[in-house]
Amino acid sequence: MNAALLASYAADLDLLRPELVLVGFALIGVLHGAWIGDRGAGFVSFLGAAALIAAGVFALQAPADLARPALNGAIVLDPYGAFAKAVIAFTAAAALMLSAEFFARTKGEARFEFPLLIVLSVLGMFVMVSANDLITLYVGLELQSLAAYVLAAFRRDDARSSEAGLKYFVLGALSSGLLLYGASLVYGFSGSVRFDQIALAAATGGVGLVFGLVFMIAGLAFKLSAAPFHMWTPDVYEGSPTPVTAFFATAPKLAVVALFARVLYGPFAGMQDDWQSVLIVLSGITLLVGAFIALAQTNLKRLMAYSSIHNVGFALMALAVGGAAGAGAALVYMTIYLPTTLGVFAVIMALRRDGKELETVDDLAGLAGRRPWLAALLTALLFSLAGIPPLAGFFGKYVAFSAALQAGLYPIAIIAALATVISAAYYLMILSKVWFGQPGKPMPAPGPVVALTAGAATLMTFPALVLAFGALATAAAAAAAASF
Amino acid sequence: MTDWPLLSIMTFLPTAGALLIIASRWSAAGSSAGYDAGVKVLTLIVTLLTFGLNLFMLAGFDSSGGFQFVERIAWGAPLGLGLAEYHMGLDPMAMALVLLTNFLMPLCILASWSIDKQVSAYMVLFLLLQTLMQGVFAAMDIVLFYVFFEGGLIPMFILIGVWGGKNRIYAAFKFFLYTLLGSVLMLVALIAMVLLAGSSSIPDITAFAQAGGFSSQLQLWLWLAFFASFAVKMPMWPVHTWLPDAHVEAPTGGSVILAGVLLKMGGYGFLRFSLPMFPDASVFFAPLVFALSVVAIVYASLVAFRQTDMKKLIAYSSVAHMGFVTMGIFAGTELGVQGAIFQMLSHGVIAGALFMVVGVIYDRMHTREIAFYGGLVHRMPVYAAIFLLFTMGNVGLPGTSGFVGEIMTMTGTFLVSPWIAAGAAIGVILSAVYALTLYRKVTFGTLDNPKLADIKDLDAREWAMFAPLVIATLVLGIVPMIALDFTRASAQAILSGYDIFAALR
Repeated sequence: MNAALLASYAADLDLLRPELVLVGFALIGVLHGAWIGDRGAGFVSFLGAAALIAAGVFALQAPADLARPALNGAIVLDPYGAFAKAVIAFTAAAALMLSAEFFARTKGEARFEFPLLIVLSVLGMFVMVSANDLITLYVGLELQSLAAYVLAAFRRDDARSSEAGLKYFVLGALSSGLLLYGASLVYGFSGSVRFDQIALAAATGGVGLVFGLVFMIAGLAFKLSAAPFHMWTPDVYEGSPTPVTAFFATAPKLAVVALFARVLYGPFAGMQDDWQSVLIVLSGITLLVGAFIALAQTNLKRLMAYSSIHNVGFALMALAVGGAAGAGAALVYMTIYLPTTLGVFAVIMALRRDGKELETVDDLAGLAGRRPWLAALLTALLFSLAGIPPLAGFFGKYVAFSAALQAGLYPIAIIAALATVISAAYYLMILSKVWFGQPGKPMPAPGPVVALTAGAATLMTFPALVLAFGALATAAAAAAAASF
Repeated sequence: MTDWPLLSIMTFLPTAGALLIIASRWSAAGSSAGYDAGVKVLTLIVTLLTFGLNLFMLAGFDSSGGFQFVERIAWGAPLGLGLAEYHMGLDPMAMALVLLTNFLMPLCILASWSIDKQVSAYMVLFLLLQTLMQGVFAAMDIVLFYVFFEGGLIPMFILIGVWGGKNRIYAAFKFFLYTLLGSVLMLVALIAMVLLAGSSSIPDITAFAQAGGFSSQLQLWLWLAFFASFAVKMPMWPVHTWLPDAHVEAPTGGSVILAGVLLKMGGYGFLRFSLPMFPDASVFFAPLVFALSVVAIVYASLVAFRQTDMKKLIAYSSVAHMGFVTMGIFAGTELGVQGAIFQMLSHGVIAGALFMVVGVIYDRMHTREIAFYGGLVHRMPVYAAIFLLFTMGNVGLPGTSGFVGEIMTMTGTFLVSPWIAAGAAIGVILSAVYALTLYRKVTFGTLDNPKLADIKDLDAREWAMFAPLVIATLVLGIVPMIALDFTRASAQAILSGYDIFAALR
């Protein structure tokens, strides 16, 4: 290896502080676990959350005009990635703290591996959002996924959790295969794994590249749980421990959306006509599946799974737009979706009866009478997810609609609008139980972290923060404009 | 004083009251009877203060001018789309409707005095609703308008569902989903308009539209999308079916607000958006609106006649009266538009009052079945007199405000289409049939039902609640010019650049 390359690596390391913090924590956490064992799990969780927050802060500190490849072109550092990384890291930190409280309630469930797996998964997401060649893309995706498979099966003694992990793993491996196959086709027809080289080949197009691209989109759509590649989602969400579900429904979604933007707008920018129609169809199916099938769900976590599918449809609609407008809109949409969903899961975790979690929508009956504050939080969060103004979710939808209409994608915008109404019906279904149902047996007070997270997430949906939303959207749009 | 953002203070004063109640709930250990009474009094004071501030603003209002009390704060234009500004202001039409809102609110709180279930939540929702309703009329930014317009669904959904009657959950769902379906289509259309016009300010978009910014073809689509939302809200036949359900199941205060203010948002929308922004499409679709309006007037009147539930009867009569409003608006004459605005104000007062009239005996007997009552005049003479006045207002008797609105919209329409006006006139006769029948069955005859033997006449609270409404009905009926002069400038502004005669010729 020549000296100049080494010097450039050394210069890049300075900009990789977010990743380095996470790697450092993972190494220390493993050693700590090996020495102290599961007794120190609480401490490791706390340390992990601190590392995630530090990584998020470091990501935000990156210079605003920084947009260049690093590590010999393997990754790219730009404001878009930095923004996405910060949001991912903060959400994951909140999910990790929720899990720590959740597992501490049952004896013997708190294990030191848990925070390590979360952090490694986040590291995978960091690699994904800054991927600049096909190898990095795959490595990031697999690091994220492999950690996630283990997390899904984390309750070893629970049949449903094990089933969820196995299902996730088998189907995830299939989708990775699809993605790899697509990547190999792209490599074969373009002659390079590097995005800038692929972009040159894509400018002239070709059937081989289109085939490769479609396989890659299918693989990514699976990770995003976009219909018709969504079948694993309800089962995995239902079987995984609730804080793990909260994690799955939030951070990885943003990472995959960002990765989508990287792949489609970078190397395949010249083939927009080819992928745009694919994304529109994908988005339409996803929106409708997420809206209609959810109506028939009685299990809370399954219902939230379909809710996340529906919301991903909106992000896909924004992605179909292309360019900085599409990337910005998708980023804004997901940035609003993440804390809201996390808040809903925090409320679900807060609700216990007779020492057990509430499972079905019916279990929520009469919550407003029993726990009025939690009911109020859940109401704001769900109306925000339904996109009712003046809550934040509306602004996410507004931005997505705006981008789609600006690009002239009228049919998908109208489908999305109608799907929104259908999705509102099931959020109302939950709320009607909460407010109009007969109160059941009393519920114990929620733990502090859960209550705090739910409260903070709800606050983020409120109109006072609409002002902050203006700033957020501006930041995200600027990040997208500077990067694409 | 003039540099104070009075409009925002007025709009968000109820929200501040709601936050105060939430804060007090946080510190209070639990709700007790004393606490609940305190919350009710606090809510009443807040709504009265809002109304007082509204009157103060009215004193400094120039009814010959355009938008006043304008406030404009830009908060970022992400994606270069010029996303919503906080842009508020009142023109005379908006001022009149805001005044109606703030006038009805304290009365609604008085009418809700008998609520004893989750009182603080009820009052918080009502106060939030008041902010949202004022915002709808005061918003000068189209996105901000949508935010307020749509936001009102949340408190109404919970109000109907928690405090409503037997079939409340069904009604709450129907109300929410019907109105949301209409509104999302409007959202798509309004985003398209914002993108085309390059601004989300309503005056800017109107100017852009009147300079020919939207092609005739595009106008048709945009008009239909807005129509989907406003027709549901109005409600026009055949998308009115949510209204009787929602009305019947809502608590009295909710019914009053629904009939008095929320229904006016549809008419306001037509006047603010459809007519000035899509003039070609409005002319094109005017016959459709006329037909639907006449069907609404006649059909809803006939249906009202067959109702056995008092609230349902009044709900159908609302559908009929709103038919006059849509007819007057799309007549496109100054007389028609002025009449439509007047009819909205008048209906807000009279329909609101009628729901309170029903609320009074519902509080006592817990039933709204017409057959249950009879001969109330023997036990409740004052009540019978007030009921009679509002029944006459509903029928459109000269001297009450109901007459002015009906005659103006019909005359305004007659200029454009005599046949349509003739159809609407049938509705006037039918309204006398159902309203007088209702009145006869409830108040006259012998007092046979033994349960009614001890029914009490109005108490002081109910006097306080009806007195302003009686005065408003009579004043608007005898000197309608105070309202008509007030809104004239708005009506002329709406109709500038809109010549239906030229188009029809």
